[in-house]
Amino acid sequence: MMARVTGLRLSLALAASIFALGAAVAQEPKKGGTVHVVVQPEPPMLMQGLNQNGPTNMVAGNIYESLLRYNEKLEPQPSLAKSWEISPDAKVYTFKLQEGVKWHDGKPFTADDVVFTLDKFLRDVHPRWRPIVNAQVEKIEKVDDLTVKITLKQPFGPMVMTQEVASAPMIPKHIYDGTDYRANPANNTPIGTGPFKLKEWKKGSYIHLVKNEDYWLKGKPNLDEIYWQIIPDAAARAVAYETGKVDVLTGGSVDVYDVARLSKLPNTCMTTKGWEMFAPHAWLTPNVRNGILGNKQFRQGLMYAIDREFGKDVVWGGLGKLPTGPISSKTKFYSDDVPKYTYDPAKAKELIKASGYKGETIRLLNLPYGETWSRWSESIKQNLEDVGVKVQIENTDVPGWTQKASNWDFDLNFNFLYQLGDPAMGVARSYISSNIAKGNPFANVGGYSNPEVDKLFADAAIAPTDKERQELYTKVQKVLADELPVLWLLEMDFPTIYRCNVKNLVTTGVGVNDGFRDAWKE
Amino acid sequence: MNFLKRFARNRGAVIGILILLTVIAFAILAPTLYPQSPWRPVARPFLAPFVNERFPLGTDTLGRNLAAGLVHGARVSLMIGIVSTLVALVIGVPLGAVAGYAGGFVDDALMRFTEFFQTIPSFALAIVLVAILQPQLGSIVLAIGVVSWPPVARLVRGEVLSLKTREYVQAAVTIGQSTPRIIFSQVLPNTIAPIIVMGSLMIGSAILLESSLSFLGLGDPNLMSWGYMVGAGRTRLLDAWWISFFPGFAIFLTVLALNLAGEGLNDALNPRLARGRE
Repeated sequence: MMARVTGLRLSLALAASIFALGAAVAQEPKKGGTVHVVVQPEPPMLMQGLNQNGPTNMVAGNIYESLLRYNEKLEPQPSLAKSWEISPDAKVYTFKLQEGVKWHDGKPFTADDVVFTLDKFLRDVHPRWRPIVNAQVEKIEKVDDLTVKITLKQPFGPMVMTQEVASAPMIPKHIYDGTDYRANPANNTPIGTGPFKLKEWKKGSYIHLVKNEDYWLKGKPNLDEIYWQIIPDAAARAVAYETGKVDVLTGGSVDVYDVARLSKLPNTCMTTKGWEMFAPHAWLTPNVRNGILGNKQFRQGLMYAIDREFGKDVVWGGLGKLPTGPISSKTKFYSDDVPKYTYDPAKAKELIKASGYKGETIRLLNLPYGETWSRWSESIKQNLEDVGVKVQIENTDVPGWTQKASNWDFDLNFNFLYQLGDPAMGVARSYISSNIAKGNPFANVGGYSNPEVDKLFADAAIAPTDKERQELYTKVQKVLADELPVLWLLEMDFPTIYRCNVKNLVTTGVGVNDGFRDAWKE
Repeated sequence: MNFLKRFARNRGAVIGILILLTVIAFAILAPTLYPQSPWRPVARPFLAPFVNERFPLGTDTLGRNLAAGLVHGARVSLMIGIVSTLVALVIGVPLGAVAGYAGGFVDDALMRFTEFFQTIPSFALAIVLVAILQPQLGSIVLAIGVVSWPPVARLVRGEVLSLKTREYVQAAVTIGQSTPRIIFSQVLPNTIAPIIVMGSLMIGSAILLESSLSFLGLGDPNLMSWGYMVGAGRTRLLDAWWISFFPGFAIFLTVLALNLAGEGLNDALNPRLARGRE
């Protein structure tokens, strides 16, 4: 069993793959150039340690860096950590840091910053790192200026997936130590180690990043400037691309129907890659506390009644893939050895009849994220009415949705959640009974509770080997696909549309979020 | 010449009535013409109009039949127009009547109250009401009614002010009829003509208001209304113009017809004006 992974070995593998790629493309990156990118909506702030909204990550992921980055297969790659070792008992992680790394203000980056970030800053403020560090980590210590040791309480397989830039961005100790983190004036002028520095943020208009001349990775970045353009209207964003005002439309920034049209424009490339770390999984949550929705047969009937192919092909313009269960096929530990559901209204009618459904009206809470979601609600309502289930759609705004979802005020609720690279981080939270709590729309809001599932998820998170984890996750997927605590609808694809002369844009599992380090313009 | 002018004016009203009857006929016949739900996808999405005779007006983004949506939408739009106008009348008529008949302090108080509603931009108030009460049929009808009653109250008050000095009203007072009885049996019946005219015009603006709300996504998501259809197609205006165009045109025609018919009614029901023309 391999318990030791070195950055060196991975870099060799990476070098080999680049060599193979280079033979086909045979192009030397060109230096210089400016790229205009759409960011939607405007980020609330760029201090990534304090805010991890989608748009914040897109911009700030190029300002800040973390110990590791992840390729499209979600294999860890060296970033601020040059190499790392995992002890044979899988409890001690030793990270060796890059030499000569400087913060944007010129101060050196050392092990002190790493310890401060992971042990103090993020433990205090980061909603995803906090539970991990509190439950799994025994201590984080500096060995020397370029070495950090993390000791775990027990083996925790997903540990190696926790160092993505939005999950654990490195924060400068000399600026934040001993201050009130949230009130620190430096939050407006983020200081990272990344390939780009913030030059100007004109609120409501653009965010201007410029090349970090002292970047530790010699010869990078290739680009001189990035402008993140803020354009509030979807149609206007599409027009901005057509007229040449922007070069990159990030995932989800234009209407799904515009994707096909824009992709056909000359010198235009489209990719759905760069979202592997997030692997957004869309579903309907039945509130199992509410009458008939607690009945497994009824939920199975709903699943057979919904034409999920139609949702994918017509509503989402053919983007995405039908999921089989709780774990995205893009994520590790996926298994397709589960009960499967096809579009079968006849079978749906049988199951719904057998469940004892008496014509109660089911309220369907629509996700207020734009027209596409409304169309999806309407088509699913029609599907369900075809098999005799009465449905009433409820529309609300984003705060209204958040409130209703967080407080369990729904019968069926649309949602989509990120998988975050490992089922222990992105999947378990929606199904385990310890996460049934009001106040968070991304908790287990449907109220499904099954001790067997709780135990399987808990064991799988800390099982020492990937093989054992896979066995447990395969089992839990089988159970959940039969019980249907939520009705999985789509593994969503968010296409990035860009001019083909912007090269190497999407090379990692988080796409443009940290992709500008290697991008260049022809 | 005079005759021709009069005829032209009447012809407008006649055309209006004809259009209106056609719309009402479609609304009544909707379940017979298109028994399937207008929400059901029936063909390829974005099918152009006038190509396939089963779908004469084409299909929308999900492949739903636009013609079916249009006739079912006629029911929703007309129904909301009429019911919310009734709501406005139910609020406005008694208020105006009481204000006009009582006069003095009561009149002042009620009119200031009316002005309070008139100073708030009606569309903004409707949006706020619907957003607070959740977008559903009842709240939309209520919101439209609440923003449309002030002109009714002012009209009725004006009429009552002039009617209450008439001799037959004085006579009723003298023989000791109770005030409510005088208002409802002597005064109000004589204000019906202008109320009918105003009501017919208000149905048109109620339909427009509902369409605007639906366009902004504040319609009842369970009802296929014309405004919803325009809103749902607006992002596709460049490559699938028909999705928004036909329902938009239906709104235009119906509101126009209601206005024309209202004008005609005004002519017919206003004896002074009618006498002046002879």
